Amino acid sequence: MTRMDSSPHVTRRHVLVLTGAAAVAAGTGLLPSIAAADKAAVEAAIKKAVGDASTMSGRITLDLPQIAENGNTVPIGIEVDSPMTESDYVKSVHIFAEGNPNPEVASLHFTPANGVAKASTRMRLLRTQNVVAVAKMSDGSVYRETVEVKVTIGGCGG
Amino acid sequence: MAKPRIKVPKSAAKGEIVEIKTLISHKMETGIRKDRDGNIIPRQIINKFTCTLNDKMVFSADWYPAVSANPYMAFHLRASESGKLNFTWQDDNGETYSTSADFNVS
Amino acid sequence: MYAKQLIALTAGAAALAGLSSSALTDGSWGKYQVGDIRSGYTFAEPETRAMQDDDFENPAMLVLDYGAELWSTKDGDANKSCEDCHGDAENSMKGVGARYPVFYGPWGKPINIELRINECRQNNMKAKPYKYESNEMLGMTAFLKYQSRDMPVTVDIGGPNKPFYIKGKEFYYERRGQLDMACKHCHEDNAGNMIRANLLSQGQSNGFPVYRLKWNKVGSLHRRFRGCNKQVRSKPFGYGSDEYVNLELYLAWRGRGLPVESPAVRN
Repeated sequence: MTRMDSSPHVTRRHVLVLTGAAAVAAGTGLLPSIAAADKAAVEAAIKKAVGDASTMSGRITLDLPQIAENGNTVPIGIEVDSPMTESDYVKSVHIFAEGNPNPEVASLHFTPANGVAKASTRMRLLRTQNVVAVAKMSDGSVYRETVEVKVTIGGCGG
Repeated sequence: MAKPRIKVPKSAAKGEIVEIKTLISHKMETGIRKDRDGNIIPRQIINKFTCTLNDKMVFSADWYPAVSANPYMAFHLRASESGKLNFTWQDDNGETYSTSADFNVS
Repeated sequence: MYAKQLIALTAGAAALAGLSSSALTDGSWGKYQVGDIRSGYTFAEPETRAMQDDDFENPAMLVLDYGAELWSTKDGDANKSCEDCHGDAENSMKGVGARYPVFYGPWGKPINIELRINECRQNNMKAKPYKYESNEMLGMTAFLKYQSRDMPVTVDIGGPNKPFYIKGKEFYYERRGQLDMACKHCHEDNAGNMIRANLLSQGQSNGFPVYRLKWNKVGSLHRRFRGCNKQVRSKPFGYGSDEYVNLELYLAWRGRGLPVESPAVRN
């Protein structure tokens, strides 16, 4: 998509944007503009949780289903690469959801006593969306990871 | 109703990393659902989970309405000292649910 | 015909939407498959199956624990607990969950576990019956069926149960509701196909009561029947009604040989 942004070929780009929107609408049953509004809410929530520190990629592994059978109970596993010693450990991991009514899901607070920064829980996802995890280390650095989860809606189970 | 369920290994070798699993019965009412008459059902969730070992905090979590009903939380612990693990869950209504387990390090 | 078209259409739509399931792949499902008979477990997503695989991750166990507590709690005017008469449930209740519904002489018809629990409560404990879908009833039923975990479903459809088995079978094949659909249209003709975004199972009963993700809690087989009936726009029958007990008997026979999985986890 970044390559498309610099392309002067408006008609082709137009087609791509339209098909993209159609795909999202088909997957979620909602217009993409709503997801965009929630994206801003997630950014604000991240700022509230970890401050202005710039986020780096890496170190976080998110274990989420590609397709969640039911949005009521989506298992999430989180692991952050860290020695978990008194001088170098993961302080907290904050989980956010871009397509939920509220961005916050959970904040997990670790200590060196954990040995590993690895935890799992279950969350609600209203629709297909990105799940964002932000990890704050004891030295103040912040890491970030995003994973998309498709949520099945409709049918007899939905 | 039901007591919280916790899974803690009875004993662990010093330095071993063990997984602790917890499960508690709670509807985790989001505060955005409506009843049949169209009135908002007030939010009532467990908003905080904590685990201490010999009164020292080892793990805690803040929960929001997006945490599923009957919340499940699993985390790890490096076996360093024997003692009592205390688990607490704080409800929006002011109630605290708790349970404990012995943890033996050999 | 309408039902078939509906399912074909929705199956097509789901395929277009790019949905897939690992449960669609062929292969052996171990204890969860007996010949062509497949447990609902084999139609579930891996994450849902994982939730059932470990009792410490299965949220239904919270309600089962409550049932275990009630087993040894004195109740009613007779001031007796289940345990006072039946002793250790692990011994006395083993196999019960695999063979119910059974023919119940005093009523001249089959009885399921839920109704049997209430018979005991009223006649022997002189206690108030549990509400069918209460945590008490779900907990006790889950606890009792758990004592038969992994035992094969072996319901008796002969003798006095036979006419009721036939009635249950007739119900299964009978069209009902505005959608004019029978149980068999989804669960016999189209098991393994998608209905909108969901994979249709064989509608087996061996895991009930189940923790259902949609419900956010444990629910009974009759609750599931009612849901199915409502989805074809037909008037549901009552909890514990003759119609549903007969259907329960027939379904148990359809799932004969499958292991008791109660309390299972389903979508």
